[in-house]
Amino acid sequence: MSGRPPETEDKEQSGFGAFLDDLTGVNVDWRAAVLVPALAVLAALVVSVIIIIVSDIDLWREFSLSALGDSLAQARSAMWALLVGSFGSLTATSETLVFSAPLILAGLSVAIGFKAGLFNIGAEGQMLIGGMAAVLVGIKFSLPIVFHLPLVVIGAIVGGGIWGGIAGLLRARTGAHEVITTIMLNSIAGLAVIWMLNTTFFQAPGRNDPVSRDVLGSARLPRLLGFLDRTDLRLHLGIVLALVVAYIVYWILFKSTLGFEFRAVGFNPDAASYAGMRVTWLYTSVMALSGALAGLAGMSQINGVLYRATPGFAAGIGFDAISLALLGRSHPAGVVAAGFLFGALRAGGLEMQVATDIPIDLISVIQALVVVFIAAPALIRAIFRVKTGEEIGQLTKGWGT
Amino acid sequence: MTAATAAPGTPEVLIRTPAEIRRSRYLGFTYLFLAALVLLLFYRWSVDLGNFTFKLARPTDPSAPDLTLSAGRTTLIVGAVLAVLGGIQLSRGFGKATNIVLGVGLTLFIFAFLAWATAQSSLGQFSFVGMMNQTIVRSAPITLGALAGVMSERVAVINIAIEGQLLAGAFVAVVVASPLTQTDQALILGAPLGNWIGVGAAILTGMLLAWVLAVLAIRYVVDQIIVGVVITIFVGGMTAFLALRWLADNPQLNQAPIFKAIEIPLLTKIPFFGPVLFKHNIFVLGSFVFVALLTILLFRTRWGLRARAVGEHPAAADTLGVNVYRTRYLNVILGGAIAGFGGAFFTLGSVGRFDENMTNGRGFIGLAAMIFGRWHPIGAMAAGLVFGFADAMAQTLGILQTGVPSEFLGMAPFIATILVVAGLVGKARPPAADGQPYIKQ
Repeated sequence: MSGRPPETEDKEQSGFGAFLDDLTGVNVDWRAAVLVPALAVLAALVVSVIIIIVSDIDLWREFSLSALGDSLAQARSAMWALLVGSFGSLTATSETLVFSAPLILAGLSVAIGFKAGLFNIGAEGQMLIGGMAAVLVGIKFSLPIVFHLPLVVIGAIVGGGIWGGIAGLLRARTGAHEVITTIMLNSIAGLAVIWMLNTTFFQAPGRNDPVSRDVLGSARLPRLLGFLDRTDLRLHLGIVLALVVAYIVYWILFKSTLGFEFRAVGFNPDAASYAGMRVTWLYTSVMALSGALAGLAGMSQINGVLYRATPGFAAGIGFDAISLALLGRSHPAGVVAAGFLFGALRAGGLEMQVATDIPIDLISVIQALVVVFIAAPALIRAIFRVKTGEEIGQLTKGWGT
Repeated sequence: MTAATAAPGTPEVLIRTPAEIRRSRYLGFTYLFLAALVLLLFYRWSVDLGNFTFKLARPTDPSAPDLTLSAGRTTLIVGAVLAVLGGIQLSRGFGKATNIVLGVGLTLFIFAFLAWATAQSSLGQFSFVGMMNQTIVRSAPITLGALAGVMSERVAVINIAIEGQLLAGAFVAVVVASPLTQTDQALILGAPLGNWIGVGAAILTGMLLAWVLAVLAIRYVVDQIIVGVVITIFVGGMTAFLALRWLADNPQLNQAPIFKAIEIPLLTKIPFFGPVLFKHNIFVLGSFVFVALLTILLFRTRWGLRARAVGEHPAAADTLGVNVYRTRYLNVILGGAIAGFGGAFFTLGSVGRFDENMTNGRGFIGLAAMIFGRWHPIGAMAAGLVFGFADAMAQTLGILQTGVPSEFLGMAPFIATILVVAGLVGKARPPAADGQPYIKQ
């Protein structure tokens, strides 16, 4: 590959791409936006099947064709369980959407950072702080739901926003790289949550372990399918919130002056500064906004699903969000699509673990593989022998800036 | 950096940038704040408490006298010294000694804190030698991780996958060593042969992951920070997956003997320093060896000069005939070997079994230690020791029951890291080409 210049492609496309352009009225690099992600997901699933088979310990103890057959059958039923567990029934679809809501919100958080040239690895910590703020508002005040819920949302935005804003301010004022500071802030947030959950204010009465009180009924996101009167349909307002927020983020990024400045800073901070944009303010505000979005993701988990906080309530969603934002190419629409996919993987993964004994941690492996294939389209080119459009290239900068 | 070089012949003029003046002022107020803390809190609390005792020898150690002092007088003296340091820092500064003085000041502050914590405890004493020993032990994986980072970033490849390399090393080491050590075997340097094979497998695993990082970063020119994060996510998922799939039902695959401390003749007999510095297993001693080795290799050999040239200005190095790609591959993979070795510490050097996500962010702290240590092996070890000390002190304070929530003490290393990268301890300068791919023209 090296030595050859990257294939240049005309924006004018032919074939299916042109058809999609006509259909939607926008000119997008469809290969990069749709084909590569789809093939990346496919490749990752194939690799995960191989992992399932190779990791079968019975196969290692005594290799035989029938053992290989068993292991193939297990892999097949695992993939089937992934599908059934995510879209196989109304309950499954509801679960997929329940997982999608925080994933989309956290994915938007990472994506908006990428657009401004900042790599927010701190979504997990911002989720924790935003979620704890939502718990605080949720147990402290007793209000009618129409006032209480908005207050919870504001609390989560403020909590997550402050936590993200710290990293942005540090970057802007002192040059401390956001990758390092957000990793550290994650750890600090994790410890802070454990400490908070052991205080009398938060801790559930009669408990010795770090578990918070339940948030009040008026602070819970209403269930959307409540009229069906089934307890297994946990689908809540969070998914609507996530979609609305995705549109707002789209509007901010592509229709507002602020978003233009975010993208300008992401493209070239020096040029943006020369053009009179206040880089200090932009770095701080984009990280605060990013943190606020992650805070909403934490709120969606607390007030929509769990109703109380435990130390691990962010459940790695903040880290999945990184893969998710890359898969969605940091565009709100892409993030929503990737969010549904990752939500389906999480819901299906649970079913897979129950039905076939394949640990759900395989999902993290799949997600990591997806990102590898996305980030290195040359691999996809080599495997599938297709043209892949533009490369992602360098999103981050070294420590020295 | 403080003094700008003046024209020859004229006396050197001290020119300070606004940022340095601001930092100097911050530091001065920090000293005054710490002094106020010591005098207003620790001194007031401990003035009536009498003496405290730091034990400098455990029953099994070579004998050493205890350190017994009056808590009130100690805190008073430390507070006064800190106030004086603050005054000097604000009025004329310490010039080149600024960072050394800062180190001394912080050490004194911690000493006063420990003096009060010990005096107020019902025990009235604690094993200082034990805490320092733990400091060294806990710093070892951090230092090894940081060295992996140094190797890689000195040739301008950012390695944020240290966490993943450590975790993979920990897993592979125990899974390989467990079945090989079911029978009794003779000990070689503190462990049976099976353990050594486990360590070897861990090193190979670290190298394999580093090779993946290198291929994606160098050949496919993928963003290096993203590759590192992805490798860490992949290893986290993979080890948890395999731990459930293999180890949950086969506990015999997840129990290996651990490396015992090696008695070095003579050195371990030195009072206090013997047990603190020299009575350790191969991972801790190995971290010392690697620090020395890398310092010599990177800064005293032709090979090291070439590697650093690749990190600072790859195009220039290339022009002079250095193979940039090969140098980068080699260094990143050697760094992976060190990280794999460090990963084995978590299982074979510590508890003898693997638990999900057992490295618990140590690799990221190693990354911070590398930056704290300014991309130098000795600096990396010094930073590793600071983080190890914070860890060990949190443990000690738990025993002394100070009433300070242990979570806050646990935060100390992370806050320290943020302060470091924010430039409170001076601006660290990474290799000039760090993180940038090199495309040969």
